[in-house]
Amino acid sequence: MSLFDFFRRKEPSAAATAKDRLQIVLAHERADRNAPDFLPQLQKELLAVIKKYVPIDDDKVAVKLERESGCSMLEVNVELPAPQKGAARTPATV
Amino acid sequence: MAKIITMTSGKGGVGKTTSSAAFGTGLALRGFKTCIIDFDVGLRNLDLIMGCERRVVFDFINVVNGEARLNQALIKDKRVENLFILPTSQTRDKDALTMAGVEKILEELKKEFDYILCDSPAGIEKGAQMALYFADEAIIVTNPEVSSVRDSDRILGVIQAKSRRAEQGLEPVKEHLLLTRYDLDRVERGEMLKVEDVLEILAIPLIGIIPESPAVLKASNVGMPVTLDEKSTAGQAYMDAVARFLGEKVEHRFMKPEKKGFFDRLLRRTA
Repeated sequence: MSLFDFFRRKEPSAAATAKDRLQIVLAHERADRNAPDFLPQLQKELLAVIKKYVPIDDDKVAVKLERESGCSMLEVNVELPAPQKGAARTPATV
Repeated sequence: MAKIITMTSGKGGVGKTTSSAAFGTGLALRGFKTCIIDFDVGLRNLDLIMGCERRVVFDFINVVNGEARLNQALIKDKRVENLFILPTSQTRDKDALTMAGVEKILEELKKEFDYILCDSPAGIEKGAQMALYFADEAIIVTNPEVSSVRDSDRILGVIQAKSRRAEQGLEPVKEHLLLTRYDLDRVERGEMLKVEDVLEILAIPLIGIIPESPAVLKASNVGMPVTLDEKSTAGQAYMDAVARFLGEKVEHRFMKPEKKGFFDRLLRRTA
């Protein structure tokens, strides 16, 4: 190490930068890799079932699978249309 | 019960063939009947690293195609008892291998050997998949460098999805990390990923750290597995890795910087 390095060595080491970059890129790649083949089909079928009861658009069902060590989580987001006026609440009066 | 071990990495040039030769030789030195198979069809190199390139008559593909018997293609090492090499073809391409053909040969080898070590080609395509499909254990050769670590992560994904054990829902392939070309001086200076960093990222057990060593190139020049250079740090580190593979508890050596003398410092001598 030269005298010059001694005065400006406080920036993060190249190895630390390498580690950070790897952790970020691998987090993304692992998420993509773990997406199983059945997700698109699952999404289609869920949509079909929901449509039987509620009129929704094709893009209103989102399916995501997250894997962590020990457990996996299947996240299904269904966006329902805003309730129409009057139909929102069933009348309780007779 | 014979075991199939695959030496793989995703990335090329990280030391798969060097490690296959050294590790296989180590297993044979420990008394196990070992066969090293070159799976890199078209880019044969294990023969050269093992120093038996002039003894190749028949190869792996000849046996797959029924043009030669297994015993005609196997080359017995002249230095180490119990060590055999099955070279690959230099003229054919990867399509010459079929899963059924590979399985047949491995089954035949399993009857005679304790360990069958498959030296995988680089990449994650058919050739590499063929080499890892039947594996019981896998050794992932990784350099402390970003592209190698990333590719190791990729190949781990392939092992976990596309190996026979994964497809048939058997006990998963046992994974080991072999960190090669580790340069302690550069690690100390913060220029190279630490072994702890690589372990944290890949999260598989460490089987060995092979220090960067001039002995590796010297050994390959003369066609000798580096394990036979008993004085070299790399050779000793490979023997340690073999011992750990066999279930022994061995400390990781060569992990502390060597005390350098005044003249070494002056002349900036390395390893």
